Amino acid sequence: MRRLACAVATLAFASVLIFAVTEILPGDAAQISLGVNATDETLAAKREALGLNRSAPERYASWISGFVTGDLGRSYTYDVPVNELIGGRIWISLPLALLSLGLSTLIAIPVGVWAASRRGSVVDSGIMGLTQLGIAIPNFWLALMLVVFFALTWRILPAGGFPGWDEGFWQALRALILPSVALALPQASILARVMRSSLIETMGEDYMRTARAKGLPRRAVLWRHGVRNALIPVLTIMGLQFAFLIAGTIIIENIFYIPGLGSLVFNAIRQSDLITVQSVVLMLVASVVAINLLVDIAYAIVDPRIRTARQRG
Amino acid sequence: MKKLILAGVSVALAATCATAALAAGHAETGVSIGLQLEPPHLDPTAGAAGAIDDVTYANVFEGLTRINQNGEVLPALATSWAISDDGLTYVFTLAEGVTFHDGTTFDAEDAKFSLDRIAAEESENAQKALYAAIESVEATDATTLTVKLSQADGKLLFSLGWGDAVMVAPESAGDNKSNPVGTGPFKFDEWTKGSSLTLTKNTDYWGDAVALEEATFRFISDPAAAFNAMMSRDLDAFPNFPAPENIVQFEADPRFDVVIGSTEGETILSTNNAKPPFDNLKVRQAMAHAINRQSIIDGAMFGYGTPIGTHFAPHHPAYKDLTGAYEYDPEKAKALLAEAGFPDGFQATIKLPPPAYARRGGEIIAADLRKIGIELQIIPVEWNVWLPEVFRAKDYDLTIVSHTEPLDIGIYARDDYYFQFDNDAFDALIEQVNAEADPEKANALYAEAQQILSDNAVNGFLFQLAKHGVWNKDLKGMWENAPIQGTDLTGVSWAE
Amino acid sequence: MAEVAVQTEASAGNSFVVRALRNRNVVIGSIITLVVLAMALLSFIWTPHSILDQDIPNRLKPPVFAGGEWAYVLGTDQLGRDLLSMVMVGARASIGVAIVALVIGMGIGVPLGCAAAASGRWVSEPIMRLSDFIFAFPSLLLALLLTAAFGFNVWNAMIAIGIFNIPVFARVSYGAALARWQREFVMAARAAGKGPVRISAEHIVPNIANLLIVQGTIQFSLGIIIEAGLSYVGVGTQPPMSSWGRMLAESQTLVSLAPHLALVPGFAIVTTVLGLNLLGDGLRDLLDPRVSRAQGAS
Repeated sequence: MRRLACAVATLAFASVLIFAVTEILPGDAAQISLGVNATDETLAAKREALGLNRSAPERYASWISGFVTGDLGRSYTYDVPVNELIGGRIWISLPLALLSLGLSTLIAIPVGVWAASRRGSVVDSGIMGLTQLGIAIPNFWLALMLVVFFALTWRILPAGGFPGWDEGFWQALRALILPSVALALPQASILARVMRSSLIETMGEDYMRTARAKGLPRRAVLWRHGVRNALIPVLTIMGLQFAFLIAGTIIIENIFYIPGLGSLVFNAIRQSDLITVQSVVLMLVASVVAINLLVDIAYAIVDPRIRTARQRG
Repeated sequence: MKKLILAGVSVALAATCATAALAAGHAETGVSIGLQLEPPHLDPTAGAAGAIDDVTYANVFEGLTRINQNGEVLPALATSWAISDDGLTYVFTLAEGVTFHDGTTFDAEDAKFSLDRIAAEESENAQKALYAAIESVEATDATTLTVKLSQADGKLLFSLGWGDAVMVAPESAGDNKSNPVGTGPFKFDEWTKGSSLTLTKNTDYWGDAVALEEATFRFISDPAAAFNAMMSRDLDAFPNFPAPENIVQFEADPRFDVVIGSTEGETILSTNNAKPPFDNLKVRQAMAHAINRQSIIDGAMFGYGTPIGTHFAPHHPAYKDLTGAYEYDPEKAKALLAEAGFPDGFQATIKLPPPAYARRGGEIIAADLRKIGIELQIIPVEWNVWLPEVFRAKDYDLTIVSHTEPLDIGIYARDDYYFQFDNDAFDALIEQVNAEADPEKANALYAEAQQILSDNAVNGFLFQLAKHGVWNKDLKGMWENAPIQGTDLTGVSWAE
Repeated sequence: MAEVAVQTEASAGNSFVVRALRNRNVVIGSIITLVVLAMALLSFIWTPHSILDQDIPNRLKPPVFAGGEWAYVLGTDQLGRDLLSMVMVGARASIGVAIVALVIGMGIGVPLGCAAAASGRWVSEPIMRLSDFIFAFPSLLLALLLTAAFGFNVWNAMIAIGIFNIPVFARVSYGAALARWQREFVMAARAAGKGPVRISAEHIVPNIANLLIVQGTIQFSLGIIIEAGLSYVGVGTQPPMSSWGRMLAESQTLVSLAPHLALVPGFAIVTTVLGLNLLGDGLRDLLDPRVSRAQGAS
């Protein structure tokens, strides 16, 4: 309950901050929609129509009351409800984010466990070296390289774009492969390292020794007791990474010209479509807060002892 | 390869189901076209965004006249016209049997409505000034339209061919922004905001039927993404490819046709003529001598572009070549700067909008001007900031922008235009040329006007933007030049 | 008692150099970091060519190892500028931004964390909530908004990255300082009548410096990546100043024509970040008592 209250307070504060920042964004939505030949009168009329001439508190109040009830306002640029814009894109960005998250977990956990179970071996140092490299590669550069090889040289995957889910599931999924790999590899590198060190630490704990002493097979001990307990810090990092993932999609969606939320926000900033910027950014922040809340809950499931005892720091 | 396999069945497919084939690459009857900018809405008579015309012009909407790819005026919804000797009365004969996409008929009343709507109080038309000479419009009968002018206007037929003067119906005009209803050979189908827009063939079209069943416009602003989309055959055509550095690769690739055409875009180093030290003619002349046009064309546009010495398109008959007026000579530039009272140069800012010609050109110009002691601080801006700050508030020293409207030298005569250039002789010339119906005489006047701009070194005149057309080599009928904003698909077809 | 604490640190310092030289990560990481730093410093006084010199006829020259000339070791870019010089000056931009961001993050984050640890819940709770709050913002997104609001330039990029360093350092120093407050040397200082501010400054901060250095190395490398990202989307470092991210952005359309334009700045970023991460890892092994103890035990 307390955590929930905290999350709500965070969002309330975030909404004020987001509104304040968008207030100081330079640019003029009326001007951008009317172009160079607009007269003062048409500009004034356009501002009136967009509701830009109301005071800031008034606009904040109407935005936030709409947001709470699910009405995100009307895009200045497209003159359609922001809900409609988001609705069309969330089914691209969300699968992309989940795919990258899933991919990075799928790579990271086995690799981390492998490295930990062969601690000190060539395999371990090899994996550690690779993950170091993975962390150091900026995802946009990776994206660029992936496109050059997989799309332009070997032509086995699309270089970008998104055909839409109604063009066929596989067709759509194919379009998300390169972007999600570009997002996932650096994340997987971090996760694998966390997994490894967390598992090594867990294996050193007393109850693990006990389990092994009881004669349980090594593999069973490793997976049933070790990995399960070692997952806790991995979950924390995954929660934190989600924010990075969201940020990453902004650049990645641009490189692959995928019409997702990231590119929506990026273009909205360029076009002074402030209401869209506000609503989408707040939604993204809300999703990060929600994910972290989920991680907190997941803690409790993985390890009931933590429910009350865990202290932040 | 897929195309070859498909070719055999394409005839059958074309007749029944174009979209099914589309999923397997491109269909022989559909085309997917890349545009760099997405339109904010789809009503070409409201708002200035050229991207609206790129989608709708000639495809969805038609005017009384139309412009072809060489910039000539052709009949469209007006099949013929007669002009009175004093040039003040135009009688248009309209095509018969024309219907809008919603089934309503097009007649002289609709035409009157469309033209009256431009000048109306609440009109958002971006080019009101072009049609200011129109005094009254009468629907004489269903197919005859009489337009009376307050003063002769030699450019009227051309202006009527712009997207801003297309014919709309009173029943649907209000919704054209989201659901455009015109008389053209293509109907609006679907728009996925931020991504793509689809037009389908209008089977009830009054004129010659078009070959394409469907056209999809894809909006890709990032030049690198545009390149990838073309290379991976995601797109069939990019009528104006944004990255000139890639042209050489397209040319080397047998899958593509590359056609370099002309545009109406005079790319200039706009200068705030009212702001010191740029109010000093010698300073502007010094800058003109310091700028190496060819290096800008080579460096920023990879050689594509025609140098200009004034604000006029080189392919226009009235063009006067003034590129030699200020030869590249840094020493002379320094001397002029010293004469102007700045022997050690000065500092200024240059605000650069997003296109590559501006961002890259700005870097090169900054290097050129640094050689004569002018230190430019580069400030990148997006269009949403450029418009209110530079264009409207005139809060700038220098900027680079391409003025893409056809025959727009008249902007220098406008009061309060962002160059802040004020010259009575020039203003008088423009007034004279606007009322001149005789093309010969008009051209002579234009030449005089160009000379004045060059003498005053109003702006840094850099180059005429080229149109880098890239498309699948089997695609025929794309426009070579861009005399007007638009992607005319009426003559486009796939080779057999 | 305070003397005792200092002495253990000192004796640890004695063997530190020896241990550091034995740690492969530290050695490799330091070498890379020093080379990059040296390159950045050298660029102030010397580069093979001036990055302001455009030489368009000589553009897109390949690097020496791909058949280029020695005059342009790493080749030239689309405006004919020497790529090696661009990379050297770019190192300056990357390191400069990362350092300033680090100073902002540490300068605000560490005092905040220490204050939170030194005082009761009513101080620590708001501070920690605030840091949670900043964490909830996708970093690049807020940086994008901030630079759009205050202007696309390198200073605003520094500030934006700095803001994201604040909660990191606040958390690290809070957690570490909280543990130190229970230690005997702090009790002793308290008994001697020292106030919380003085104790934090004289005893806590020196004691958690190890952790801060380790975290600093990590944030430093993150700062370099984010700077590259911001410059890549065009809101960070502006021309004529060179930046690795911007070099990458400009190379995008040319990558199949002149691959070195994308490879050179890409390798520069990867190598630098790799070096810093190795150094950070190694330092953690050496400096962080928790890690060394855990490793000793296993």
